[in-house]
Amino acid sequence: MIELKQISKRFGRFQALDRVSLKAAPGEVLAIMGPNGSGKSTLMKSLVGLVLPDSGEIRFKDRLIQSKSSWRHHLGYMPQIARYPENLTVAELMALIKDLRSLEESLDLDLFHALGIEEMEEKKLGALSGGMRQKVNATLAFLFAPDLLVLDEPTASLDPLSSETLKQKILKQKQVGKSVLLSSHLITEVEELADRLVYLLEGKICFDDSLESLRAQTGQNRLGAALAEWVRVHATQ
Amino acid sequence: MLAYASLLFAMTFALASLSADRAQTAISLLNLVLLLVPLISLIFSTIYSYNLRDFLDLLLAQPVSRKGVFLGQYLGVSSALALAYLVGTGLPLILSGLTEPLAWILAIGVLLNYIFSGFAFLAVNWQSDRVKGMASALFIWFYTAILFDALVLFGLVAFQDYPLEKPALILSFLNPIDLARILVLLKLDISALMGYTGALYRNLFGSWWGLVLACAVLLIWAVLPVILAMRLFEKRDC
Repeated sequence: MIELKQISKRFGRFQALDRVSLKAAPGEVLAIMGPNGSGKSTLMKSLVGLVLPDSGEIRFKDRLIQSKSSWRHHLGYMPQIARYPENLTVAELMALIKDLRSLEESLDLDLFHALGIEEMEEKKLGALSGGMRQKVNATLAFLFAPDLLVLDEPTASLDPLSSETLKQKILKQKQVGKSVLLSSHLITEVEELADRLVYLLEGKICFDDSLESLRAQTGQNRLGAALAEWVRVHATQ
Repeated sequence: MLAYASLLFAMTFALASLSADRAQTAISLLNLVLLLVPLISLIFSTIYSYNLRDFLDLLLAQPVSRKGVFLGQYLGVSSALALAYLVGTGLPLILSGLTEPLAWILAIGVLLNYIFSGFAFLAVNWQSDRVKGMASALFIWFYTAILFDALVLFGLVAFQDYPLEKPALILSFLNPIDLARILVLLKLDISALMGYTGALYRNLFGSWWGLVLACAVLLIWAVLPVILAMRLFEKRDC
């Protein structure tokens, strides 16, 4: 579905991404973990096209996507912090985004109903709390039933019930053959959702394999302990 | 936007009713437009563009090209400003029956408005820091509206023993406000009031091809900053 090859990005002196390559197949949920500042958001932003990598290539369904915009019809992106024009209402924002996409795309209103966006449609975006904005953010990412979802810390600042709703939705994507890339700091969340784990350290990939393989290779049963063990052994090399 | 239109309306109306002499009204109005329109376009476009930056995350993740997003923003804000200007200045001129200077002052104001919105977008895309961006925008205004004339005058005095006609002409191409002033004054046929460079224009160019040349240079001033700003925008990380 999506493939990144040797992506590098430097901000001034800071090497944010260093020759990162990864792949996600249809029906696969890929979790990206790593310490703060390890390049998770930069990686996701390069994929979406907000950050332009210095080198490397990105392919979506075997096609190069550099500087093309039409492939984003198949992309749903949920930024870490959702910022919107404050004087628009939720309904107006949704109409605006629908306008930008073509009308032929079928709408997926599951989250729209499940997260209660309907009840806050007339509210101004500036008046919404952080959690409510995050709900709008999630709804917009899933609204056009995209083939690829890029979710940057999707459950951060969501209440437990909404968080559960969103997780169910992510799991459902697997069954219909969509790919999901998500970043998270919560090991339990990754355990529940992900098939594969990518661990970034200082802009480099430190681990990229299935969860079972991580457990098997480190001999630890708890995922958190397994990851800590792996990083302890491999980070010093 | 409404406030901008009302401000222009009030000032134009006051100018039109204060003075009986048409030429004098036209000159006062021209000076006002030449100072105010660039300043408001710069400040408003800069603020607008920085405010919209937060929203870019969401927009650029949609299937739209960066070029499209950029041009949409630029044309959106500059055209809204142009409309406010047209209503604010045009309406009182029509009401007071001052149709003769009307068209030229209106046209030059609209052009200046697009030129300085373009400068604002250039400043915004050049400086990611809001304070620095706003400072650059204000400096552009300070330079074109005030500093430039002082420098030219200083240069003319310093080199007064040499023939300065051609250098002075070329210098005026470097400042869209100066060029706009010359253009309107040439058209209003009150070139006695426009000083050194204006008189030169009249002598050297006759009237029509000096006019065409000035218009062409103004158009370049309108397009060039926008293209540069778009280049910067297309290569920027958000």
